[in-house]
Amino acid sequence: MNKATTNGAGHPLDPYLRAERMPHIWCSGCGLGLVVNCFLRGLIQSRLALDKVVVVSGIGCAGRAAGYINLDSFHTTHGRAIPFATGLKLSNPELKVVVISGDGDLTAIGGNHLIHAARRNVDITVLCINNFIYGMTGGQVGPTTPLTARTTTSVGGNIDQPFNIPYLAAASGAAYVARWTTAQVIRLQKSITEALLKNGFSLIEIITPCPTYYGRMNKQRTGLEQMKYYRDNSIVKSGIDPKHAGIEFNGPIIVGRFVD
Amino acid sequence: MTERKYIAGEFFMSGDDACAEGAISAGCRFFAGYPITPASEIAERMSERLPEVAGTYIQMEDELASLAAVLGASWGGVKAMTATSGPGFSLMMENIGLGIMTETPCVIVDVQRGSPSTGLPTLTGQGDMMQARWGSHGSYSIIALSPDSPQELYDLTIRAFNLSEKYRLPVLVMTEAATGHMYEKVVIPPMNEIEVVHRRKPAVSAGEYLPFKPDADLVPPMANAGEGYRVHITGLTHDERGYPAMTAEAQDRLVRRLVDKIERNRDDIIDLEEDRIDGAEVVVCSYGISARVSRIAVEQARSEGIRVGMLRLITVWPFPEDRIRDISEQVRAFVVPEINYGQISLEVERCACGRTKTVLVPHMGGGVHSPGTILEAIKQVAR
Repeated sequence: MNKATTNGAGHPLDPYLRAERMPHIWCSGCGLGLVVNCFLRGLIQSRLALDKVVVVSGIGCAGRAAGYINLDSFHTTHGRAIPFATGLKLSNPELKVVVISGDGDLTAIGGNHLIHAARRNVDITVLCINNFIYGMTGGQVGPTTPLTARTTTSVGGNIDQPFNIPYLAAASGAAYVARWTTAQVIRLQKSITEALLKNGFSLIEIITPCPTYYGRMNKQRTGLEQMKYYRDNSIVKSGIDPKHAGIEFNGPIIVGRFVD
Repeated sequence: MTERKYIAGEFFMSGDDACAEGAISAGCRFFAGYPITPASEIAERMSERLPEVAGTYIQMEDELASLAAVLGASWGGVKAMTATSGPGFSLMMENIGLGIMTETPCVIVDVQRGSPSTGLPTLTGQGDMMQARWGSHGSYSIIALSPDSPQELYDLTIRAFNLSEKYRLPVLVMTEAATGHMYEKVVIPPMNEIEVVHRRKPAVSAGEYLPFKPDADLVPPMANAGEGYRVHITGLTHDERGYPAMTAEAQDRLVRRLVDKIERNRDDIIDLEEDRIDGAEVVVCSYGISARVSRIAVEQARSEGIRVGMLRLITVWPFPEDRIRDISEQVRAFVVPEINYGQISLEVERCACGRTKTVLVPHMGGGVHSPGTILEAIKQVAR
């Protein structure tokens, strides 16, 4: 089963992964491995029956998460993970349905589905992995790219206002909304457990390094540099109105649990 | 599941309502849709009927979401459908591809109207027939049925569910505004007289199960989500485990099977209605509402001594190539009336392959042919 470690002892999360699919396709320094790790630990903590937990994802780097997790898992079309998850949940309410996908997938092409799922308060958990950029297609500008940040399609600096995802989800009616970065793994795990056990639409935005594109184009060349930036600039402000939790280019990142 | 409210008997009912009742009879317990004329009455009836039979209705934010939800519901283990018209059908194309690739049973009803674009929302058309065949990207085979009456909308919706469960793919019911909005007698049989097919379940344990390993009929048994099989399902090209496999060989193996599972079972799928084709010098080939009008023209031509037969396509896709080829050996011409500027006529022409003439009788939409137009075309080719 275990191929992921060198000492043969195995990793405690191996039983929850499709180890035969390793190595994964993600770049060195990418935060998606951390997110999967935190998700699995948060899931174990929730004590949900694993045969009834389903992971659905859309397209892109984050969309590949479903494929590595040893649960019923669905890798669907670009932007449509949430409506697919909605159908799955409504057809079989015994299931705990989790959407793991990227900011481009969930808030650009899938933005309409996101706000309507929150409005309906359908009982699914969404982990929105935000690396400020389209990774898999080569680093183009996205709906969360901060103002003035450079991307392969905004080489002079992004001119469009980004989404504040927690504010968007909260305004649309979500029952649980939080934001963490991959530098706060314990808080993130705890938050995932809370979201999984919350009845209703829950969303956690997870700020995640993409050194290959976002970092390289914006003077944070390694995953480590990006993680240091998250560590040094994250400010926990749980309970605040997420309207005050916007993200500015290289500015502070307000994290916390905003709606519960 | 106990039926709280199953209706049986004779009804004066619209085609759209009959379609909804066919779905209920077939065991459909999930509908996701978005309102669009002239398909909205299907959603309206489902919103009322599904709660009565312990099913779920949801009005989604658009057609993309509707079909995504239907696919999700199908993997949740429930028979699911959506209904739409041309513009919404266009929006569903990407997820039809996902349904094909992931072998997800479901039914999509397209109540066609005049097009392109917004076209004639309240008036009839048959302009989506090629979109039904080729609208999603890539190579695939599809099943599309074409009813010619409210009764057949009831019957063929059941058949569509049965075929979708048997062959594991989205099955299309291609009707049109004229049939969907037509009121006629519809007979709904007692529940125990209806043949209902359910997806084949895995016969092996979770550890041994390969979600895309086909049986002899090229269709793999299907484990639903939540049953402990821990399936991974992707729209990417995948192997028998369902894992992505980015090679030309994996693509060849998968796509060939997805096409072959339909093409090799054509005899089971294709349903035609034939009338006096033996000895005919002209055969009118038509489908849906156009076939009803064609019958009038055919009777008139016969009363004038012309030997004309009639072939009605109940299954439009897969196309009845062999039968058209056989008929093309004996007739002077095919006459193909359809409410578009030539779609199915191209298929007839392909199968006739120069052995006989194919005459399209087009109607641009907004109404149906006058029988006289079809009669004129028959006369022209008869001599």
